[in-house]
Amino acid sequence: MAAEKMALAKAINESLRRALESDPKVLIMGEDVGKLGGVFRVTDGLQKDFGEERVIDTPLAESGIVGTAIGLALRGYRPVVEIQFDGFVFPAYDQIVTQLAKMHARSLGKVKMPVVIRIPYGGGIGAVEHHSESPETLFAHVAGLKVVSPSNAEDAYWMMQQAIQSDDPVIYFEPKRRYWDKAEVNREAIPGPLHTARVVREGADLTLAAYGPMVKLCQEVADAAAEEGRSLEVVDLRSMSPVDFDTIQASVEKTRRLVVVHEAPVFLGSGAEIAARITERCFYHLEAPVLRVGGYHAPYPPARLEEEYLPDLDRVLDAVDRSLAY
Amino acid sequence: MTESTAARKPRRSAGSKAAGTTGTKADTTGAKRTTRTTRTTRTAANKAPETELVQLLTPEGERVGTAKNSPYAEYASFVDGITPDELRGLYRDMVLTRRFDAEATALQRQGELGLWASLLGQEAAQIGSGRATREDDYVFPTYREHGVAWCRGVDPTNLLGMFRGVNNGGWDPNSNNFHLYTIVIGSQALHATGYAMGITKDGADSAVIAYFGDGASSQGDVSEAFNFAAVYNAPVVFFCQNNQWAISESNEKQTRVPLYQRAQGFGFPGVRVDGNDALAVLAVTRWALERARRGEGPALIEAYTYRMGAHTTSDDPSRYRHDDERAAWEAKDPILRLRRFLEAENHADEGFFGELESESEALGKRVREVVRAMPDPDRFAIFENVYADGHALVDEERAQFAAYQASFAEAEGV
Repeated sequence: MAAEKMALAKAINESLRRALESDPKVLIMGEDVGKLGGVFRVTDGLQKDFGEERVIDTPLAESGIVGTAIGLALRGYRPVVEIQFDGFVFPAYDQIVTQLAKMHARSLGKVKMPVVIRIPYGGGIGAVEHHSESPETLFAHVAGLKVVSPSNAEDAYWMMQQAIQSDDPVIYFEPKRRYWDKAEVNREAIPGPLHTARVVREGADLTLAAYGPMVKLCQEVADAAAEEGRSLEVVDLRSMSPVDFDTIQASVEKTRRLVVVHEAPVFLGSGAEIAARITERCFYHLEAPVLRVGGYHAPYPPARLEEEYLPDLDRVLDAVDRSLAY
Repeated sequence: MTESTAARKPRRSAGSKAAGTTGTKADTTGAKRTTRTTRTTRTAANKAPETELVQLLTPEGERVGTAKNSPYAEYASFVDGITPDELRGLYRDMVLTRRFDAEATALQRQGELGLWASLLGQEAAQIGSGRATREDDYVFPTYREHGVAWCRGVDPTNLLGMFRGVNNGGWDPNSNNFHLYTIVIGSQALHATGYAMGITKDGADSAVIAYFGDGASSQGDVSEAFNFAAVYNAPVVFFCQNNQWAISESNEKQTRVPLYQRAQGFGFPGVRVDGNDALAVLAVTRWALERARRGEGPALIEAYTYRMGAHTTSDDPSRYRHDDERAAWEAKDPILRLRRFLEAENHADEGFFGELESESEALGKRVREVVRAMPDPDRFAIFENVYADGHALVDEERAQFAAYQASFAEAEGV
């Protein structure tokens, strides 16, 4: 049948394959994406089947990769660019912020930038420095970019299809510690809009909002809380720019409490913006201030310390307790 | 035809071979030099750049480099058949571009423009290279390529919107294959390279030309563009106008080697041309574009020229350079030398020069009138074209902004 159980990484691979098959203008570019199939094998087998002209091993220069992708987009191509790891995106940050994000506006709408930038992100895999970061806010802050992150295989598949079809640049953050998590993927489904949030678990007492790798954690938190008789709702935000505030608002108007969870540092993170907006929108519904759980204002720590840095079951439950105590 | 044999060989070896044949003496012996002698070479290069230049018209307007055994015969062959009409065309382009540029500077002084980046002195580099492009070629400019824009048929008044502050680029890049001005230094070299990679994928025989300056040569993006272009054998010509000054920083603050020699390390030819000689620039750019079209990959042209004016109208060059330097370059003026040649060859008469004078004044007047009439954009333009497919936050903020604006109307109504 149309539905098939597959790992999140495989779902992205299948989605890229479908895009390469259905649109000759789609290109894959990045370091080691060809022969090797990417360091996480997300592009495995694509160069073999679509050739070096469409699945392009690039020189090791991130600014060069994004800069030439912009040029290819100007020529009518739809490049899907891989940045090998989150912490390696910064050489390309200038091209992304000053050129990719602004080209459509600069041209008064005459030029479109259908470029997808894939970034495996987040920690929890015991990696060395620069391999575990969550820089999504640095992109969500930039007008002209759209920023999304799937939390499961089916979303990974469909959100990639939609990102590639978008005429705007999309930064597609891949939760690398969930790459091997399997789920049903229905390749004939009719997906909802790319930038809507989804209630993945209904609850009555408090809303947990998260995206990417933290959605699974929040579901585990909800399970643990249920054992203590507390009913938590979990919202998978899916999109960090734009953020679907309506869905969060509807949930908070019901539960009257909100905890936002992300791996990225709490300070000026997505949670800060969500807290501010939800406070504006739901001031009279809230029983407690919006709380945030996330990374600290410190460099991402060495692997032996990352469990102390990353939000985990207990830290989220602690925030839930604090919220419910108001 | 040039290098037709090398063209069939593997890309990288073809590139490096070509670099050897098109370079200069400093090129071919550079590898054997010690650090100390390299330094000597650099000093010598800076003191006597003329010895390295491809030049077809001397500052006195004398046609040179035509002999079959001339080291520049290969390039000269690209303008062998140039007609008096074409020569007059180059002259006309330069004069009108200079007139437009002067008008823009004046409009800035009158408060009509917020800023202007003058091309004064660089007319030959821009017109010579711009006229070498074919209609289907694509141009990636900096923010000073007013002469190239002219060659591509972009209405010069469209260039002024961003300098007046009514937009950030007021023309459709695809209607003239002339990309928007890029202000971040060197970024466009990568866009040009990517575009050229796309041309190859399309199986087309168009070429791309990327403009940048001596300051941009220090940018990582320019080096990355060189490398991507070489690795993918992209049909892109890197056109560096070395106007000697990156705002206040001289060449010596940018490079230890003559810039055209950078190409050799990336595996493609580099050539330094007299950037004030429109004929030589036309020839060398045609050569580079033609070889790109034939699949021979990128080339670097260093047009050796001089920024006669300030970096922009906000700059004060008296703080960092002497007038005598400017005076020395004035003697090599690009327009004057072509005029001398046209006159000596009887290719142009007083009637031609007189008519051009009136045409210049008419252009200046039109530019003045258009700029003065250029309206401020509607305030809601802030929210236009942020995204192609829309964005919920932009919609929300536009609505809030509209409500805020409307509150004034209501207040006035009371």
